[in-house]
Amino acid sequence: MTFVLRFLLVAAIVFAATAARAHPHVWVTMNSELLYASDGSVTGVRHAWTFDDMFSTYATQGLESKEKGKFTREELVPLAQVNVESLKEYDYFTLAYVNGKKAELGQPVDYWLEFTDGLLTLHFTLPFKSPVKAQSLNVEMYDPTWFVDFSFAQKDPVKLVGAPAACHLAVQRPGEGGQSATKGQPGEAFFNSLGAGSNYGAQYANKIAVKCP
Amino acid sequence: MKTLAGGRKALIILALLGAAILLGAADAFAQNPFGAPKGAPPTPPPEGVTGWLLAKQAEFYRLLSGTIRKAKSDGSAAWLLMGLSFAYGIFHAAGPGHGKAVISSYLVANEETWKRGITLSFASALVQALVAIAVVGVAAALLGATAKTMSNAVWWIEIASYLLIALMGARLLYTKGLAFWREWQFLRAPKTLGAAATVAHALERRERDHHHHDHAHHDHHHHHDHDHAHHHHDHHAHDHHDHAHHDHAHGNPAHGEAGHVHDEHCGHSHGPTPDQLAGPGGWKRGLMAIFAVGLRPCSGAILVLVFALAQGIFWAGVAATLVMGLGTAITVAVIATLTVTATGLAARMAASRTGYGSLALRGVEVAAAAVVLLFGIALLAGYMVNERMVGIA
Repeated sequence: MTFVLRFLLVAAIVFAATAARAHPHVWVTMNSELLYASDGSVTGVRHAWTFDDMFSTYATQGLESKEKGKFTREELVPLAQVNVESLKEYDYFTLAYVNGKKAELGQPVDYWLEFTDGLLTLHFTLPFKSPVKAQSLNVEMYDPTWFVDFSFAQKDPVKLVGAPAACHLAVQRPGEGGQSATKGQPGEAFFNSLGAGSNYGAQYANKIAVKCP
Repeated sequence: MKTLAGGRKALIILALLGAAILLGAADAFAQNPFGAPKGAPPTPPPEGVTGWLLAKQAEFYRLLSGTIRKAKSDGSAAWLLMGLSFAYGIFHAAGPGHGKAVISSYLVANEETWKRGITLSFASALVQALVAIAVVGVAAALLGATAKTMSNAVWWIEIASYLLIALMGARLLYTKGLAFWREWQFLRAPKTLGAAATVAHALERRERDHHHHDHAHHDHHHHHDHDHAHHHHDHHAHDHHDHAHHDHAHGNPAHGEAGHVHDEHCGHSHGPTPDQLAGPGGWKRGLMAIFAVGLRPCSGAILVLVFALAQGIFWAGVAATLVMGLGTAITVAVIATLTVTATGLAARMAASRTGYGSLALRGVEVAAAAVVLLFGIALLAGYMVNERMVGIA
């Protein structure tokens, strides 16, 4: 009997050790756009990431501004620079797969910070190193260390910009089965393909899938 | 036969304990975003109970900012803020993820008492809260430093803390490795007697119980009588003699050497130390552990403090941080108590049964010490990131 008790004690320690994981300290609400060239090839991913209020306050702490508690795009230029440079280490938390193969993304361009109602939003565009016509394009955003909690914005989190009209867009939030944003419900097979390029448990990432004929 | 069963149980507990320590280490290493080869499957967020804990923690944390805002105008929101902070602390547990693992390993390696475990937990949580308050209070509130400056300050504090962990681990490993080696040498010497003496040794070290010590001697005499009956075993008698000598040596200088770090510090600490800290090794070693674990401030606390400062109610952030520390301390203290209890049970069983059980116990201590050292080195080398302060600012 006591041995069972002892076993439980040790089990509790195992559990405690496991509970020592990282957990989110930064929350990001995402709006993303997929950019297409006129020939129908995909050229880049444009992100707008809005940080939570505590992190926004922390990040802007001590920064000089003309008006207290408000920051212009110009005043935030150095911070945007730091953000983008730091994000490189994490591959911008963005993975792209073209036709099932991992696609190379270049250095971010057109990046800037915006401060609205106490919240910082980081805008940046990740160009594809080699723009390509993709029958299937998968983009996944998440932090493997779970320090940053990414989630799509409630409304219209993903847009296709300049994509051929026949392209299907599907957005999947973590823990969701996925939902179709445009042009009817894709079939079962389509959603199976969502996981095709993935390298981790399907339900944890924010996923975008675009199918073009 | 009772002996066998007891010994086996002890070994099982020891094995589980070792597994727990290794799991803790493996888990912490799994968080590493850099060390893993690219393309390796990353760890998904945990599910089940752990997932629920983390979700709760995130929930409390997210409520904090709104509550701080409210507390500005509404006094009752301050109470809510304290409640939330406390809950967050409980769930957040050891602040830096490695804290719990280091404390647990440290307690196992050091054969600490539960009182000491609890004191360590509370002291390190308090230090952690105070460091966060000091960093934000001085850097942000007084000097108007930027997030980048603060992150840099935290980075230096981190390095100091990791160095301390590595140092502590190295020291433990040396002491425990020596003890293990001695015991091993001992067991390889005349067997039956070696075991008896080891028991005496283990008991003496663990409980400082002279009664047990006497008992072991008693045992020894029994063997002696027995051997005498079998007259023809001449070399046995010789062994005895040898052994008695051995035992003597072990009881005094050898013990002094094996537990030599302890003794040194006990000399300094016995008189004026508070009860809780007066265990083997006393103050100094305890202080090292407290700072090693508590020095590194928790990111959550820093964010809360800066946010409160920006809202013009820094005091609310300070209070929230302290209450958070209290919650953290309670969780860590519970874990520390569990660790100490499990180790104690295993130790008692091991000590009262076989020499090899006691050796296994020393082995676990060595493993625990090695884990502390590994944590320190890995943290220093940047191969393990528990909570990168601000990866993106």
